[in-house]
Amino acid sequence: MPAVLEIEGLRKTYKSRRRGTRNALDGFDMRVEAGQVHGFLGPNGSGKTTTLRTLLGLIRPDGGRMTILGHEVPAALPEVAGQIGAIVESPQFFPHFTARDTLSLLAGAGEVPATRVDEVLELVGLRDRAGERVKTYSLGMKQRLAVASALLKNPRLLILDEPANGLDPGGIREMRSLMRDLAESGMTVVLSSHILGEIQLICDSVTIISLGRRVAFGPVEEVLAQHSSGAVRVRLEAVTDLPTAAEALTRAGIRVTGQPDHLMLAGVDKPATVTRLLAEQGLYVSELAPIAVDLESVFLELTATAPVPGQHRQVDQSTKVGGAGQPGTTGGGWGA
Amino acid sequence: MSLYRTELRRLVKRRFTRWTTVLGLLVLAAVVAGVFFTNQKIDAAARAQAERSAEAQWQRDVQSAEQYRAECERVKAGGTDDPKQFPEDCSAITPPPREAIAAAWFMPATFDFRESFGDTLLPLAAILALVGFIVGASFVGAEWNTGGMMNLLLWRPKRLTVLLTKLAALLTGLLALAVTTTALWFGSFWLVATLRGSTAKVTSGVWQSFALTGLRGVALAVVATVVGFALASLGRHTAMALGGVVALMVVGQFGLAILLDLAGVKFAEAWLLPTYGAAWMRKTVTLENWESCEATYFGSCEPEKLVITWQQSSVLLGVGMAVLLVAALWAMRRRDVA
Repeated sequence: MPAVLEIEGLRKTYKSRRRGTRNALDGFDMRVEAGQVHGFLGPNGSGKTTTLRTLLGLIRPDGGRMTILGHEVPAALPEVAGQIGAIVESPQFFPHFTARDTLSLLAGAGEVPATRVDEVLELVGLRDRAGERVKTYSLGMKQRLAVASALLKNPRLLILDEPANGLDPGGIREMRSLMRDLAESGMTVVLSSHILGEIQLICDSVTIISLGRRVAFGPVEEVLAQHSSGAVRVRLEAVTDLPTAAEALTRAGIRVTGQPDHLMLAGVDKPATVTRLLAEQGLYVSELAPIAVDLESVFLELTATAPVPGQHRQVDQSTKVGGAGQPGTTGGGWGA
Repeated sequence: MSLYRTELRRLVKRRFTRWTTVLGLLVLAAVVAGVFFTNQKIDAAARAQAERSAEAQWQRDVQSAEQYRAECERVKAGGTDDPKQFPEDCSAITPPPREAIAAAWFMPATFDFRESFGDTLLPLAAILALVGFIVGASFVGAEWNTGGMMNLLLWRPKRLTVLLTKLAALLTGLLALAVTTTALWFGSFWLVATLRGSTAKVTSGVWQSFALTGLRGVALAVVATVVGFALASLGRHTAMALGGVVALMVVGQFGLAILLDLAGVKFAEAWLLPTYGAAWMRKTVTLENWESCEATYFGSCEPEKLVITWQQSSVLLGVGMAVLLVAALWAMRRRDVA
């Protein structure tokens, strides 16, 4: 599948006389294929917004290569800008204009037909409130307006930074459905969010960034599988058979943890092996459940940002990859 | 072209633009109304009344002189003369001649278009420049402040084109306002002169002079608008332009004036910006140094003079505007939008 968005070795360094040098992006790579909904994840301060701003020409990179729809950016941005819809960080609009005025002015600047304004207002559910000033809007309504502004161009690539911020549960579900519909219509969507459950539900693939570098990427199932521990929960018809079963499985090289009413197995490639081994011993399973990992646990593991009781993690404390090639936790930030 | 039209729409749609313009126009209307109500037309009745007032004044002066002479003679006869109070010869005390009391002194105020209209073009230019500066600063400053500029750059990534198009739309709006207001100003004062004064001796040369002064006023408003726009663009906030001007006026003008005065610098006003604004509008401003004396052929003493011309002002205003605009464009091109 052709890549709609490609980033290779992107670097952005901030220098401060007082605070030293900080590498916001440190050789970051990313690839998004056409028609996908791609999740872009990372802890606070990891470089997500810097990446999006750099991609959209708002920040000058210090190195690396970026292409959108096959064009090198930022040089070719004027040619491809009409095919990219984007919202970056929190939605910001002139507070005294109405939603309709705001979109109408953007449509005018981008030579988009005025009829498109009503279409996107309808799409994001703001049709009946379009005549009100933006300053009277809630955060969720501003978010809807931001999505509307990004959709105005009917873009081929849609980049949304935290689009679910401030949305009510119904709004989040509508947004999810909208993303799916857009992707089915052929639009490629890049979605940056901290609501990992949503990302897991919506996205085909993900990129996870930590301290300016990519720590994981690929289809969601593959990323989850790569970080699955192969854990399986086993229950037998008779609890009294558990010790025998544990012994047989251990002999076969499986790590077994005994529990009062079940066994937890680790390092199981194929759950069918467990059934076969136990059947050979005349033991029959009543439950054999692979323990699934979710995106949140993978994210916390990869970025090393899981909360630790008694500790207060600082913003720049997360996984740094590369260098010696060993992942580990490091204190980044100014002077790092 | 679509961006230009959109920016023009944005400029006109903004409440700040509308209110600031209305406020500026109200101040100008108040000036016209003030001039209208404090002047009146000189007719035969007014002239006769002035003649009567002059005659009455002369009669009072004659009466007063006679009383004074009588007092002088009485004191001298009594031998209690105070040489400081009365002259040597009491007959020297005489009333002024009748022609010394001119009826013109007792005429009511009247608006002579030829004599007075030129002076009104200075406040017109000042108000237009102020409106242009504030609206110009807010037009780009508020866009940066509210994130509108970032949104626009996502649609139109050519930064310099965006900034220059915004400026072009702003100047179009300003010129439309300034030219219309100046035309109305001419018309209003012509009406005031017709109804409450005189339009006599307004030759084509006088019209030409007024028209050129009006044009210089419009040009001054354009310069102020560009400066406000450039300062707010540099600071990415309206307050940057407004604060910059307040700082310039307080530190650069009042502070500098006090410092130059204390240092005894001659022609201190030559270092202050308002002098150049005035020279631009009035064609010349003559500064005088009363500390020095240049003897004339007739033996009198004339102060040393320094003439500042509108050409000198044009260089200063032009260079200042160009430097700020280039700096704003450079910052727009180079700085990250974070």
